[in-house]
This record gives sequence, C-alpha cells and structure tokens, in this order.
Amino acid sequence: MKYSKDQTQALLLKIENSLKSYLLKNNIEKPIIIGVHTGGAWIADWLQKRLGYEGRAATLNISFYRDDFSKVGVNPTVEPTEMPVSVDDKHIILVDDVLFTGRTTRAAINEIFDFGRPLSVTLVVLVERNGNELPISADITGEKLELDNNKNIKLLGPDPMILEVVDKDN
Amino acid sequence: MSENIEIGLDQNIKQSDIVSQKHLRHFLDIENLPKSLILDILDLAESFAGVSGQPVKKVPLLRGKTIVNLFFEASTRTRTTFELAAKRLSADFLNINMDYSATRKGETLLDTLRNLEAMHCDMFIVRHPSSGAAEFISKNVSQNISIINAGDGRHAHPTQAMLDIFTIRKYFPDFKKIKVAIVGDILHSRVARSLMHALRILEVPDIRVIGPKTLLPNGVEHMGVTSYVDMDEGIKGCDVVIMLRLQNERMNSSFIPDEHEYYNLYGFSPKRLDLISKKGIVMHPGPVNRGVEISSEVADGDKSVILQQVSNGIAVRMAILSLSMQP
Repeated sequence: MKYSKDQTQALLLKIENSLKSYLLKNNIEKPIIIGVHTGGAWIADWLQKRLGYEGRAATLNISFYRDDFSKVGVNPTVEPTEMPVSVDDKHIILVDDVLFTGRTTRAAINEIFDFGRPLSVTLVVLVERNGNELPISADITGEKLELDNNKNIKLLGPDPMILEVVDKDN
Repeated sequence: MSENIEIGLDQNIKQSDIVSQKHLRHFLDIENLPKSLILDILDLAESFAGVSGQPVKKVPLLRGKTIVNLFFEASTRTRTTFELAAKRLSADFLNINMDYSATRKGETLLDTLRNLEAMHCDMFIVRHPSSGAAEFISKNVSQNISIINAGDGRHAHPTQAMLDIFTIRKYFPDFKKIKVAIVGDILHSRVARSLMHALRILEVPDIRVIGPKTLLPNGVEHMGVTSYVDMDEGIKGCDVVIMLRLQNERMNSSFIPDEHEYYNLYGFSPKRLDLISKKGIVMHPGPVNRGVEISSEVADGDKSVILQQVSNGIAVRMAILSLSMQP
C-alpha cells in the first residue's frame, strides 16, 4: 500500500505545525535539527527549510551505534554523519521517518551524546507504528499506525517524499 | 626465504579464505580481492574518518571484542594506528611484542597461538619478517579468529596499500585516469607488491615502477606495470609518486653503490617536482630516510601527503577490522 504524495505531505505539514507550537510553548529559539539517515535526514532538511533556518540539517548515521552488529554486521555503503555545529547546551530536534522498535532512536541518542551534552532532545517522527521494544516514544508524531508483524513502512524520497507499506521480505 | 621453512610454510604462498561469503574473514593479501570489496572498504573508511573529529573519538561497534597485535617485527606507525583503530571501535586491545628469537621454532609459535586462543581473543593482527606468516597463522587458529596481515616479509602489506589508495582517491577520485609511479626498493618492498595488485584491480591504466635494476624484481612487468631505471623519465607526468624506503635490514648483499649516489639517481629532490603532473602528489609509507630517497623539502612540501597517509591509516584500518569481524 502506498500513501499518495498529498497524504504524505499532509503528515509532514502536521509535524511541522506541531513542532512550531512545541518550540513556542517551550521557549526554544534556535534548536539544532538532526535527521537520522536516510528518511529522517530528508524530513530534517525539509523541516529546516520550513522553519526558515539556514543551511542543511545535521545528519546522523547510526550504523556504528547499532546493537545488532554481531548479528548483521555493518553496511559498507553508509553515509557519514554530518554534525557541523556543537550540540553542547543546545536543544536538539531528532527527526526520523518511522519509530518502530525504538532501537534506532536509542542508537541515535547515544551518538548525539558522543558529540557533547545537549540541553534537551525532542523526538519527531512521521509515523509511529506498533512494536516498540524500548521505553522510547515520540514527542511529535504525524500518524500512529497498527501494522501486521510481516509489514514494514518506509519513506521513499527525497522529492517527493512518499510513505509506503511493504511486506517485510521486500 | 629460509624463514619460511622455519615456521613450516610451503614455499608457494597460496591465497585462501580472504573472502568468505562476500565478507572478509581474514585480510591477508589484496591480490585476490574483488574490486567491489576494495571499494566497500574505501567507502566504509570514509564514514569512519569522521569519528576522529568527534569530541568522543569512539564508536561502540566492536565493544566486547578482543584484538591482539602480534608483532614479530619492529613497527611504529602500523602498530599504533591498528591500536588506535581498534580502540576507536571500542574493542579491547592487547599489544604483544613477540620476541622473535623465542618463537623461531614452529612449535613455539603454535603454542603461543593456542595460549592466546585460550584467552578468547577474536582477532590477531600479525606482522612477521617471514613471507606467508599471516597465512600460516590463519590456517592454524580456530575458526572464530580473524587474522589481519600487518606485513609479512617481502610478501604483502595489504592495509598499507589500502590506506595508500584511500589517500589517492581523495585527490584523484577516478582511478581509471591516473598515472602512478612507485620508486625505489621495489624488490624488498611488500608495500610495493600490495600496491601494484590494488592499483591493477582498480584499473589504473599506467602503473610504473622505478629503481636500479638490482632493486627491481625479475619479471615485474607480469604484474601489469612498466619498469624504468631512469627516474626522471619514469615520474614524468605522473599524478602520484610513491617513494619507498631503502630496506637495508632486508638486504644481504650490495644492491646500491652508496646512499649519496642513490639520492642523486633516485632521490626525490625539489627539482624533480616539476616533472610530475600539476596536481600531482608525493607519498611515502614511512619511515622516511630524509636525504636518501626523499629530500626534506619534498617530504615537508605542499605536494607531500605523507602525514595524511598516517591519519587515513586509522580510518582504513577501522573499516578492515569491522568488516573482518562481522558475522
């Protein structure tokens, strides 16, 4: 099943608006937006522009922080992490496309802390699906989804960004 | 080659088990590596290069693994960059300086290996003065242990060649368009041998080896290279010139008249810089003998990438360690 371009766009606008209110409510002026490769990085870049911030969003590649290296190894074609600014004493907006088991978010937070000590980390995801294995939930979510165990949801992109539900073997 | 017999090795070094199920298991030589795997290592090293710039210069990838440096021969750069690479991957790391005289006999070496195996180590990084030592060890350790060749006799020094091509790619992304010269003691150089294989696999169209006839191996042309005895002619128009150290410790007779004469004929003097291509770079695997194979002006000049080679060595070795350690 594929979301339409408009449906995906609606979810993106929803997280943009929620994020704007969240920043206002919490008095956060200049957060650092960090996207998790690959889908999260596209959304982070999109949010960076929509919020009127200069430059590109920072990106994290969590491959070296995963907890399943001894099972699946490392993918050689990983994009490097790009963290152009210090995270010390900054509010971090961590962006990912899908929150599933929570393991990617765990790895991303660990990696962020290797770059310094942020004031806070806020998690923004486009889709939060069932199957969480860790005590991690998103602060801002586009949509919550109940999916069968044999299904995955992924983001195609970057232009246009379109969500797609696929069989796990796919 | 008499050392080979001492450790019970067949004279014909066979390549085996470098690649197992598309992954590295041992990293013994470059000769039989597929191009795709070499490029994978370079790409992964690119990602690891950023780790050295982080405030916390560490990633948790190899947490809980134990890596042992098993060095039967002196080394500074290779030993320390392997150690840093392992530590930046969060592995536990042991440095064992093997007293070569204590392990001359085959039984003793194998006993040493058994002991280290009993300590549940996951990887041995081996440097040895005998060609084929790393492969010999790879065949005599239990299945779950990976062996990395950190230089064996005159045979191979694959991780050095990998970091050299990683450095070259930073300046010349398209290997198919460059001219590369390797200058000096080709005969005794395991670096040269591994480099020639790597450059050939990456389809570098013009690979040259330059040196006095006494230091060029017979039949070196069969490795897909052109040999030159005249340095000026050889480095002309080259994009990459890799200078090699005169390996006096491996020379058992006179190969050159004297060092001064050698410098005049094959030393990289400043006036030779004009001969290489405009964007050309000068490399050296170290240790550098200033005034023998290269002048200080060239070694410290703006075309020299010698220290970048050292930095790149860490990222490239991180890539090789993690690819060899994956399931």
